[in-house]
Amino acid sequence: MLEFRKDLFAAERDDNLNIVGKGAQRQDMPGHVTGRSPFFDDHAFEGLLHLKVVRSPHHHARIRAIDTTAAERAPGVKRILRGADVPLNKNTLLSLINFGKDDEPTLAVSKVSYKGEPVVAIIAETEQQALAARALVRVDYDVLPHVFDVEEALKPGAPVVNETYPNNYFEYHDRYDHSKLRFGDVDRAFATADFIVDDRYQMSPIEHAPTETNGSIAAPEQNDRFVVHSCAQGLFFSLGTAAKILKLESNRLHFIGGTVGGGFGGKVDSLTEPLSILGAMMTGQPVRYVLDREEEMLYGSPRGAERIYIKDGILRDGRIVARRIRSYFDAGAYTRLSSYAAIKCTAHLPGPYTIPNVSADIYVAYTNRCPSTAMRGFGITAVDFALEVHMDKGAEACGMDPMEFRILNAYRDEDMKAHRRVAKNTALIECVQVVAEKAGWPLSDEARRQSSLTGGGGARALIPATPIDDNGRIGRPETRTGPATETLPAGAMRIPMTKQPIMEGSAEARPTPAAVPQYEPYRPTPASMPPAYQPMPAAPPPAMPPTAATAPPPAAAPAPAPAQPTQHGAVRFSSVFGTRRR
Amino acid sequence: MAKIPVQFRLNGSDRAAFVGPSDNLLTLLRRGLNDFGPKYGCGQGTCGTCTVLVDGDLQLSCLTLAATCEGKHVETVSGMAEGPVLHPLQQAFMDHFAAQCGFCTPGMLTAAKALLAANPNPTRAEVIDGISGNICRCTGYDAIIEAILAAARGGQAKRTY
Repeated sequence: MLEFRKDLFAAERDDNLNIVGKGAQRQDMPGHVTGRSPFFDDHAFEGLLHLKVVRSPHHHARIRAIDTTAAERAPGVKRILRGADVPLNKNTLLSLINFGKDDEPTLAVSKVSYKGEPVVAIIAETEQQALAARALVRVDYDVLPHVFDVEEALKPGAPVVNETYPNNYFEYHDRYDHSKLRFGDVDRAFATADFIVDDRYQMSPIEHAPTETNGSIAAPEQNDRFVVHSCAQGLFFSLGTAAKILKLESNRLHFIGGTVGGGFGGKVDSLTEPLSILGAMMTGQPVRYVLDREEEMLYGSPRGAERIYIKDGILRDGRIVARRIRSYFDAGAYTRLSSYAAIKCTAHLPGPYTIPNVSADIYVAYTNRCPSTAMRGFGITAVDFALEVHMDKGAEACGMDPMEFRILNAYRDEDMKAHRRVAKNTALIECVQVVAEKAGWPLSDEARRQSSLTGGGGARALIPATPIDDNGRIGRPETRTGPATETLPAGAMRIPMTKQPIMEGSAEARPTPAAVPQYEPYRPTPASMPPAYQPMPAAPPPAMPPTAATAPPPAAAPAPAPAQPTQHGAVRFSSVFGTRRR
Repeated sequence: MAKIPVQFRLNGSDRAAFVGPSDNLLTLLRRGLNDFGPKYGCGQGTCGTCTVLVDGDLQLSCLTLAATCEGKHVETVSGMAEGPVLHPLQQAFMDHFAAQCGFCTPGMLTAAKALLAANPNPTRAEVIDGISGNICRCTGYDAIIEAILAAARGGQAKRTY
């Protein structure tokens, strides 16, 4: 049962709540219990046709020829769709917010890049007829070598999974093969650490397995429009995607949905809507395209698997002085939402802890596996699992209680986070205290006295001097590793415009970004407060002379940079992603 | 392929249809008779969301040949309420927030109805066993179990079964 702790964060909470903590009936509940909730498939249409797709039996193959003549003559078949019938047969989901290059066909034309990739669509009067005709389609494949491992995929000479990204990595900012986070100097800090804890974590892809499979029904509506009953979790995202692929004005599509039979992230990809609508356009009749359970489990996009390497440098008193992370996000054959997941992951690091030196390289790698997509905290959940397992290992290494190790290293209000935003409303310490209490886990008095509200900021709010590097820069040989190329002075919020490493234009000669919006520079409070890294053990820790690596540089608050005009609207996305299409 | 005539009662009304020899009851109900209460979740008898009662027995309509329903009484979630008056189980599901996405709810309610008809005062373990053929992927089982136990305790349940 929900419990409200009045003793925590009382000043930050409005207790005059109308809904929270009280029972309120959901407005869709009567429909659910009477079986009348209108899921996408719960609609009757006269003359409803059924669409089934022919899928690739190979992980990676060139398509030599497609023969549909026998299928066209099969009983009940009304129409067969191929890649050439799709008005814009290449798309990437996040192109709607100007992020990434179109890389995925609706129906494969020249090659298939994962087992189960749709090649041909068959529209027939009954499902059985569509399935029977599907067996008559002959596709002549030239099987290619495949790659399933994220690190193998990034090696020179690996099979090219996705021709849009010929090096098998997503290109960040048009210039890097990974998403980067740099804060302080991890190499120097590792040299001062008493313990190094280094490990590798491997996740598996996870299928959402919603009880309702992906699907949609599209039908011609009056006034040359199409009505679409959709399972989409993001109904207007799906509408925009369909409008782009079909080259239709969006006001010719009438999407109806919002009643979703379980999604969990697996219904944001518009897996069926474009083909249902195209089928309705081509036949003039209602068309229903629903994945069966086997298709849903095998070819409905899963949570992407991640491989995560974490290296921590820890002092004898339990403080983590450096954390380095290298992670590979398995996108499968096409981007979908993985590029965004990796950005979330980067922004989340190093987890809810204040660590003075952090470095992270997060890759999105293409493999010949089913494209992965959103799923409940994707980009965060897996790395959090790895981080927390790693925290336990760190506590073990320095002989500390794992709960107290977390409280000692927890972030606090006003601390500077590694991505140069100030921490606010932090509550990890309180969460650990409550969990320990509920679990009957003994905490020291000192640990119980700690609070997220105090002890943060001050020296912990300073941005340390940060070496930056060109590692992973696209188009330069041997850039995977290498020494730092320059050091940003303490207090630097971001790389100055003039030093943006790639302003000469991208590989594809797209126009360079006109301006990179800048955030309001943070002005740390004067370092009059004592450093608040309060060591937890009852015995005082050994005196630790501050070094450049363990303590933030002594430099006073830097002169604030002149405030830059803030931009809003769609351009803000391009500031997040660092690139702007067309 | 020759169609087979089939006549049966659906939620108390006489219905007739022509079906193919391999057509299942779920497709007949949904696409032939526009009863969208039972859902398609797997088509292979593992998820339970297509659950119906055939002459009072729990059946997975996706695995039931439509032609075998000749002369029988098929009950679905669509017939549970009496007009605007909800069945006690439906009311208990509402009161206990026992639905999230709502897609497994028709099967859960039907399984619960069969359970209470056979065993009006089930234990918690018997309720769990009674809905063990139904998957709730939102994992809201606890609320569902509470709702069924509450409906059984409500006593009105007996009257309508």
